[in-house]
Amino acid sequence: MNFAIFPPEASRQAHEVDLIFLALLAASVLILLGVLVTGIVFAVRYRRGSPAKRGQLPEWINREVEITWTVGTLFAFIFIFWFAGVTFLAEYKAPPNAEEIHVVGKQWMWKIEHPDGAREINELHVPMNVPIRLVMTSQDVIHSFFLPALRIKQDVVPGRYTTTSFNADRPGTYNLFCAEFCGRGHSTMGGRLIVETKANYQKWAQAQHHVMDVAGQGRALFTRMGCSGCHEQKDHTIAPDLAGLYAGYVQLTDGRVVRADDAYLRDSILQPTKDVVAGYKPIMPSFKNALSEGQLQLIIDYLKTLSGDGGTP
Amino acid sequence: MTDATLDHAPDKPGDDHLGYLSEGGHTLWSWLTTTDHKRIGILYALTITVFFFIGGVAIAIARLELVTPAQDLVSADTYDRLFSMHGIIMVWFFLVPSIPTTFGNFLLPMMIGARDLAFPKLNLFSWYLTAIGGIFVFVALLAGGTDTGWTFYVPYASNYSDSNVLPALIAIFISGFGTIATGINFITTIHTMRAPGMYWFRLPLFVWSMYAVSLAIVLAPPVLAMALTAIAAERVFGLPLFNPADGGDPLLYQHLFWFYSHPAVYIMILPAMGVVSEVIPCFARRRLFGYSFMVYALVAIAVIGFSVWGHHMFVSGQSAYANLVFSFMSFMVAVPSAIKVFNWTATLYRGQISFEAPMLYSFGFVGLFTMGGLTGLFLASIPIDIQATDTYFVIAHFHYIMVGGTVSAFFAALHFWWPKVTGRMYPEAVARFAAILMFFGFNFTFFPQFIMGWAGMPRRYGSYPPEFQIYHVLSTAGAGVLGIAYLMPLFYLTWSIFYGRRAPANPWEATGLEWQTPSPPPKHNFERMPVVDTEPYAYHRRSEAPEVETQTDQNEQMGGTP
Repeated sequence: MNFAIFPPEASRQAHEVDLIFLALLAASVLILLGVLVTGIVFAVRYRRGSPAKRGQLPEWINREVEITWTVGTLFAFIFIFWFAGVTFLAEYKAPPNAEEIHVVGKQWMWKIEHPDGAREINELHVPMNVPIRLVMTSQDVIHSFFLPALRIKQDVVPGRYTTTSFNADRPGTYNLFCAEFCGRGHSTMGGRLIVETKANYQKWAQAQHHVMDVAGQGRALFTRMGCSGCHEQKDHTIAPDLAGLYAGYVQLTDGRVVRADDAYLRDSILQPTKDVVAGYKPIMPSFKNALSEGQLQLIIDYLKTLSGDGGTP
Repeated sequence: MTDATLDHAPDKPGDDHLGYLSEGGHTLWSWLTTTDHKRIGILYALTITVFFFIGGVAIAIARLELVTPAQDLVSADTYDRLFSMHGIIMVWFFLVPSIPTTFGNFLLPMMIGARDLAFPKLNLFSWYLTAIGGIFVFVALLAGGTDTGWTFYVPYASNYSDSNVLPALIAIFISGFGTIATGINFITTIHTMRAPGMYWFRLPLFVWSMYAVSLAIVLAPPVLAMALTAIAAERVFGLPLFNPADGGDPLLYQHLFWFYSHPAVYIMILPAMGVVSEVIPCFARRRLFGYSFMVYALVAIAVIGFSVWGHHMFVSGQSAYANLVFSFMSFMVAVPSAIKVFNWTATLYRGQISFEAPMLYSFGFVGLFTMGGLTGLFLASIPIDIQATDTYFVIAHFHYIMVGGTVSAFFAALHFWWPKVTGRMYPEAVARFAAILMFFGFNFTFFPQFIMGWAGMPRRYGSYPPEFQIYHVLSTAGAGVLGIAYLMPLFYLTWSIFYGRRAPANPWEATGLEWQTPSPPPKHNFERMPVVDTEPYAYHRRSEAPEVETQTDQNEQMGGTP
């Protein structure tokens, strides 16, 4: 699809929100048409010099008209408040048996950890028809976890945990956005929500564990080749911290800002003086002849899994 | 406000009649040291016009960036600075001061039959504060801009942004005191300087709107000043106030910010309501329908507007029950707004309606404000807001109110009182064309944003998924039309200052004391102090008015004549 008119509904909750939306839309169109048609009819009928009747106003136009539409509006609005408020409260409490997935936001990526230990970045895989509860926090500024297909948005705030819950019922791939402005990488701090059948979700989770085995070999190389000697110093004065580096943005000495993708990591290992991170000296040796292609890939795979809190996967 | 007294008004059109424009001196110095409320109004008008176009250029570049999904025209960093400076300039250096400091300054004393504001020197001081604040905006711009958005959310603004946050904070802080001083000046003037016979319920709605907005601009900005000072203290001195890493609370900042910034929305819209309430009765030749309800509605909006701020924070992590309370209050504040729309429409009934440019702008205001208000009901409903907040739906909503509403009303006022301010008539045909173009350009720009917003397009994105491109292209094209419509008055109004037809004292045959003095008015407004003996908007015989306006009966018992 090339453009979206109405967002997909991937849960029953999304459908209920849309019912309120459509009801409000219908009411609004009626009110707007009422005002516009009345205004236009008056403007045409009572244009200057028209033959329409003027003079004494009809008896029934009096204070009561004003009171009637004031009170009418008041009750209409209280009704909408009640209608929307009840839906909100019903969705507010997560079911007690919900699967808990942990989300950490940081400039500019989403790190997600599943109950079985599987981890992913900027993607959220969930099984369909399983209630899910997201427990979220941020490492730096305020972000907002936004899943339009589920009509869910929740700010992710440093220093506290916020939660939101859903039960997706339509398999598919949907947008995941950061909705709270968080700096220059804000528009790229998003990814995909992947809702799949339980079986497919299991398969995916298995594969994640395989990925982590691969990363484990990468970790061993990382230590053996001496990378950790500089990059894992506590204060990071000699070499930058690599945790959470992948897919984020890096400020370089020459003022450029580059994205830390596979190519960047590869270049930085083989030609370390090409893109030097701001604040560091170009002292890293090249590993051009020290690593095979396969070993290089293992190290990059390992770096991708680094969660950003300094721990191993 | 007597009917058919136009011939009493001293009106001596001639080359030598320039009123306040020449009395008091022709030098730049005489303008920079003036205490004449009319000249100060002009100083403000020039200042905010400059900022309007700077803010406009910033968003024009940002909108061009959005034509393609990729971040390609400017860097992400530049894009952030563009929309942030657009917001900061448009909110604090155009919308908040727009109508009160220009038309409010110019007209308020004349409308109540006074020679000046209560504190003329304080009035000039207010302008200097605004201008000094403006200089800091230029400092922020020249240093490379601020990238925090106009909301300065912490801890991004306090601890993470590497842009020029400090000059922007100082700019808003200083100009805020200018606003407070203006509010105090207006309140005092309305209380103490009304002409004989100008009872409270004979005040034109524009004066009431200035009164309501003054309450808000005296009470709200101190809270903002405090919140911004706290950010500055955290940035500069490292005081641990908002950053949770140091034990601070970022939500506290949001509460403080919106406690100011929601009333600020009403600061922007109430004066617009006042303008439209003057223009519609004049060109419909009808008394304003439900005058007293309109007054109560203005004051109710200003007061209830202080208890709805939490509706900006439905997804921030505040408690669910707080959400419900703020949702309820938001529906309550919508009631008086709806009443006003009904009353403006009803004012047209049995009128003698003509369609000069100010009337067209006012019609545009009513339509766009209604759209903005109705979508406000969507956002007051919590489940809808969860989806729509921080998306283009919200962007569209508040632009319908602030741009469709306030800016339309600003142009209505500009054309309506242009003859009074300059002594010249503007060219009517081209002005009507600009008014219609502005209405269509506006809808063209902002309506697509409702659709993409609900579909999930987040705000403040310089790059975005391709399924939203069609809406961004439409929006940018509309912005081009809107830009032309905004530039047109700049040219034809400037032209009219030199070549326009000379304006009589009361070209619209309007009621209101400001029309009983020559155009442009003399330095002290009235050659003979006016005495008010009728209710406002006496465009037709009392007997043809609905009984709604019973409060005028009381005024009559106090010595008025029908």
